[in-house]
Amino acid sequence: MIELRGLSRHFQVGDQVVRALQDINLAIPDGDYLALMGPSGSGKSTLLHILGCLDRPTTGRYVLDGREVGSLPEDELAEVRSRKIGFVFQFFHLIPRLTAAENVELPMVLAGIPPAERRERVAKALRAVGLTDRAAHRPDQLSGGQRQRVAIARATVMGPSILLADEPTGNLDRASGHEIIELIERMNREGLTLVVVTHDPEIGGRARRILKLVDGRISSDGKAA
Amino acid sequence: MNALDLLRFAWGALKGHRLRTALTLLGMAIGVGAVILLTALGEGARGYVTNEFMALGSNLLIVLPGKTETTGNAPILGGTTRPLTLEDCEAITRRVPRVRRLAPLSVGSARVGYRERRRQVTVLGSTPELLPVRHLQIGIGRFLPDVELDRGAPVAVIGRTVQSELFGSENPLGQPIRIGDWRFRVVGVMAAKGQSLGLNMDDVVIVPVSSALRLFNQPSLFRILIEVGAHSEIDAARREVMTVLKERHDGEEDVTVLTQDSVLGAFNRILGALTLALAGIAAISLSVAGIGIMNVMLVSVSERTPEVGLLKALGAPPRQILRVFLVEAVLLSAAGGLLGLLTGYVGSVILSQTFPALPAHPPTWAVISALAVSLAAGALFGVLPARRAARLDPVLALAGR
Ligand SMILES: Nc1ncnc2c1ncn2[C@@H]1O[C@H](COP(=O)(O)OP(=O)(O)OP(=O)(O)O)[C@@H](O)[C@H]1O
Ligand SMILES: [Mg+2]
Repeated sequence: MIELRGLSRHFQVGDQVVRALQDINLAIPDGDYLALMGPSGSGKSTLLHILGCLDRPTTGRYVLDGREVGSLPEDELAEVRSRKIGFVFQFFHLIPRLTAAENVELPMVLAGIPPAERRERVAKALRAVGLTDRAAHRPDQLSGGQRQRVAIARATVMGPSILLADEPTGNLDRASGHEIIELIERMNREGLTLVVVTHDPEIGGRARRILKLVDGRISSDGKAA
Repeated sequence: MNALDLLRFAWGALKGHRLRTALTLLGMAIGVGAVILLTALGEGARGYVTNEFMALGSNLLIVLPGKTETTGNAPILGGTTRPLTLEDCEAITRRVPRVRRLAPLSVGSARVGYRERRRQVTVLGSTPELLPVRHLQIGIGRFLPDVELDRGAPVAVIGRTVQSELFGSENPLGQPIRIGDWRFRVVGVMAAKGQSLGLNMDDVVIVPVSSALRLFNQPSLFRILIEVGAHSEIDAARREVMTVLKERHDGEEDVTVLTQDSVLGAFNRILGALTLALAGIAAISLSVAGIGIMNVMLVSVSERTPEVGLLKALGAPPRQILRVFLVEAVLLSAAGGLLGLLTGYVGSVILSQTFPALPAHPPTWAVISALAVSLAAGALFGVLPARRAARLDPVLALAGR
């Protein structure tokens, strides 16, 4: 359960203050499927980063599963990211020198999970995204869609409760973009809370709920048409 | 993240930039190798000198004319005031019972000829005692006759080189030779000895000391070599010899009495300082290598900014990022250090095989400190880049900023 109350995020640029988010009030129940939409610069990514504990609000509260996380120290925020959050980025962010399997394994390596268990979970995560036969390939030997599937396997291998995706299809052709959306929707059906930032109305329309941001404020919040 | 995973991750990152990693390794290897090789060289020089003096025997006193400024340090000779004479030698023999053997030594250079052949050689004047005192051996014939000190005798013992140059395959024993304007008869040939204390003992002619003094018209002996019974007596003997000579020289201490210990100590100090200086020069290259590591790590951090952002997004706390980059730096410096250790050792083995007289072994302290310094350099110079990485803002880092 995610709750934002009176949340805002300001950036100081020189002597100017950029109000990227203003007075955001939002509740996302577990297992929800939310599309974040809005014009460029409206604050979608900023909101997603705050939801993922990569960034902190300037003012207001962020309560995650009943715990105020907006003001946690860096180390505890990292712990929250490790246990509860999975990220999928537009540019995949795979480490080029590591194989698909090693990229998927990375969050567990960082979390200090023993190797035997890691191997098992990597195999399972790769199977779930249909890339078992590509485990030993490096990112440059994979297509864009396959890379994004590796990234999804990596985002979910730790068993998070929230999957945050910032324009996950932004760098893909239509067909593979479609596959990616279907993949994460399947994970949402299995109980994962899903928040997707997108410019594509077709993708946004698939969500259970669309949140529209304009100039850092929520302009509309409701069921998809 | 356990240690093995850390190492594997760091190693993978280093392997990704083979050339850059290799060059940084090389820098560290040169630094460590230089420390090891140069200190081996310094120690080799010290070992060489030590061996030379050890060959003298540890219960030897050397008396030389003139007063040195400070005791214990390398002798700096002042103006010769009073000559060291054969009477001084007799007085020492008579009055210092600790003296077991005494060999006066006079040195000059003269043209030595046999028939048509001539050769410029070093002529030593001494007594039969020179043989045991300097651990010399006679090859054929006899050494100098045991005559009274002040009585010369027209006999000479020649070195191996002199023999072959003047006589070729002819038997030199009993043959007349000219030294300067004087005539001597060859009674013996020394066994081959080679270089000893800066003098090629094969290229000398040895004659009775009073003959040499007359030959060179010298008022003073060059040295008096005194052997005492045991090493423990050396200080007492030194004082007694000093007392006798002071008395004979109108109460003035115008001679210097050196012991092997004092000479050796002086050389040890000089050559020890040399080794340290060499180590210092080499240490500079070590610190240059350390800065090289810092440079490479800074480049690496800025290149891998998005990776740092990703690691943070995946849940790595700052201290873990710090560790990843520190381990990378230390891995670089440790591998470089080991490589340098290897080349340093190989280099010093080659050195000591090329110059067998030079026992060029790197001292343990230099090996250990070079390795320690290289590791410390990796850690020290790795801290700044690693901290920079650990402090990156995750959102900005992901965006590559
Ligand atoms: N680190 C920052 N420093 C200063 N301003 C920032 C920073 N990050 C974001 N902003 C500003 O905050 C506002 C919202 O940015 P954000 O990236 O959230 O927009 P967005 O909705 O994701 O846009 P897009 O659709 O183009 O990705 C923008 O005006 C942006 O310039
Ligand atoms: Mg954005």
